[in-house]
Amino acid sequence: MSILIEESTPIIVQGMTGRIGKFHAQEMIDYGTNIVAGVTPGKGGETLLDKPIFDTVKQAVNATGARSCIVFVPAPFAADAVMEAANAGIKVCVAIAEGIPAQDMMMVKRYLYQMPEGERMCLIGPNYAGVISPGKSLMGIMPGHIFIPGTVGIIARSGTLGYEAASQMKARGIGVSTSVGIGGDPINGSSFVSILELFESDEDTKAVLMIGEIGGHQEAEAADFIRENVNKPVAAYVAGRTAPPGRVMGHAGAVIASVGESAEEKINTLKSAGVIIAPSPSDMGTTMEQVLAENP
Amino acid sequence: MRIHEFQAKRLLSGFGVAVPKGQIAYSLEQAAYRVVQIGGDKWAVKAQVHTGARGRAGGVVLCDDGQEVWEAAEKLIGKALVTEQTGPAGKMVNRVFIEAVVPTKDELYLAFALDRINEGIVVVASSNGGKDIEDTARENPSSILRRTFDPIASMHAFEAREIAFSLGLPAAVIGPVADTILKCCRAFCGLDATLVEINPLTITENGAVLALDAKMTFDDNALYRNQNIAELRDRSQEDPREREAINRGLSYVGLTGNIGCIINGAGLSMATMDMIKDAGGEPANFLDIGGGASPERVAMALRLVLSDDNVAAILVNIFAGINRCDWVAEGIIQAVRKTEAKVPLVVRLSGTHVELGRQMLEQSGLAIIGATNLREAAERVVAATKAENSTSEACIGARA
Repeated sequence: MSILIEESTPIIVQGMTGRIGKFHAQEMIDYGTNIVAGVTPGKGGETLLDKPIFDTVKQAVNATGARSCIVFVPAPFAADAVMEAANAGIKVCVAIAEGIPAQDMMMVKRYLYQMPEGERMCLIGPNYAGVISPGKSLMGIMPGHIFIPGTVGIIARSGTLGYEAASQMKARGIGVSTSVGIGGDPINGSSFVSILELFESDEDTKAVLMIGEIGGHQEAEAADFIRENVNKPVAAYVAGRTAPPGRVMGHAGAVIASVGESAEEKINTLKSAGVIIAPSPSDMGTTMEQVLAENP
Repeated sequence: MRIHEFQAKRLLSGFGVAVPKGQIAYSLEQAAYRVVQIGGDKWAVKAQVHTGARGRAGGVVLCDDGQEVWEAAEKLIGKALVTEQTGPAGKMVNRVFIEAVVPTKDELYLAFALDRINEGIVVVASSNGGKDIEDTARENPSSILRRTFDPIASMHAFEAREIAFSLGLPAAVIGPVADTILKCCRAFCGLDATLVEINPLTITENGAVLALDAKMTFDDNALYRNQNIAELRDRSQEDPREREAINRGLSYVGLTGNIGCIINGAGLSMATMDMIKDAGGEPANFLDIGGGASPERVAMALRLVLSDDNVAAILVNIFAGINRCDWVAEGIIQAVRKTEAKVPLVVRLSGTHVELGRQMLEQSGLAIIGATNLREAAERVVAATKAENSTSEACIGARA
């Protein structure tokens, strides 16, 4: 098992007929992902990459039975596309778009919370590269070849830094069960906590690597959760030790605005919960190697 | 995005928030003319700059007659105002806001901000206005009240009333204070603001409630649907390097070190800066060219980083995912050939087609210092800044 996606998971691509959507749909198909349909309003009935295109997510869900989707809709329309997916019965949705307005994300979260817990859609992102279960399926835009199958779960807020971790691990022969990006926005669909929970109950995952950064309280919440609920070993790296307070560092969410949001404070909080800290970004692979050696 | 006080007041008063009479002045003559227009017997001359702590830095001057207004404007207009938040260069004052001074009885603090934890909007209010909220938080934390609300359902009148009552205000001003809270809230939600701060919200002797100062910032991601806000952008208040980056769609933050950084992805950028610092160097900037890192963007970024005279060496760290290292290498080679700067360049490529990319850089004939991993890249670029004067072999544009 892996979390969120498996070999056979059927996946719908929202915005598949756009340039970016088409490119990544092809990349995912090449990786072995089971793409079953695309959705673009007004293009229903067409066929692209041998897959049927539907006008609405509901039609695509009814025709294919898929319960997972990836959204390549541009930021101004992405919130609406995500809510459409939730309404159509999608259970796992990956949103790639960077730059969704904060109030739109609040609206999305309210929309999801009003759904009964058992039916609530799990939203991954926005502003991240998606989900990959190496060797099985890719629902995202990450380069598949830098991941090898294995037993480490990765949760990252940043795309390329997540790649960096995966390739350092690959160089040491360490593989990944599933890698999930929660995204660099101030308001994310999923949190470190919700993904940690999935990894804790996934029998194929033996250890977890968290890649955090300055800003927000997600790492602190994760530390509390790990202390109480996680038995698997967790390693972490937190980026932005040298970032000046009060400035947005690329990610809208990466700004040190209040107490507890600096890298130093996050590192200390995680340490106190028993998390092993990678001292620098070039030590993510070796730290994981050490964690695995100590927890055979 | 930040705007000026006078712009924030104009916006808020459009939502019905009461503000003192005030007018903008670009010249001394205009400042003097505003005194007559506004009337009254006491005026504040306020520098319009994108920074806080103006008052303590002499950016707000109280005047009793037209002559004093003229002199205050003369001291401010056309000069840089240095506050605790601006750095030594300060911010240029291109205009002042002339405002009627109102007799104050009580001063409140009122702010609205994004609440990341509760995924809503938080109202912060205190009966202890007129000073920094950070100071109040230290000296009198119990006087600060916080309420989170849902931007979609918006705030209801009873919630605003509850806040006003919690501040311990006299019954006569509960109505106008609650009304101001509601109107600020509508402005926050309606304009995709990320901050509305009114400090102080003043209560006059005769019970009027006025926003004496106002600060607003906005969600850059929502400017596309708030054209009137986007037009308020004041480029003169931005760091010229950052302004250039915004114009080119790059994410740049100017810093004070001498190592120029060009990296794709925000997290990797921050991580690389941490590595540089560990290796004993200081980054000159944060620059995220985005996940894609096309050759055009690499070239733009290189020109931007080189425009900073402090830069003594440059580190390019690209993880090519969807993209390919050979394309990135091609972009670097083209950009380096076009630029004439003579500073060492360390390039670390990783990801798709990495071997081909490295080979292209080696065979380009350009003196580019390669690095295979993050640590090596950071160490080499720091070493390059230290050896910069002693060698010219590792210079951009110089043929090996």
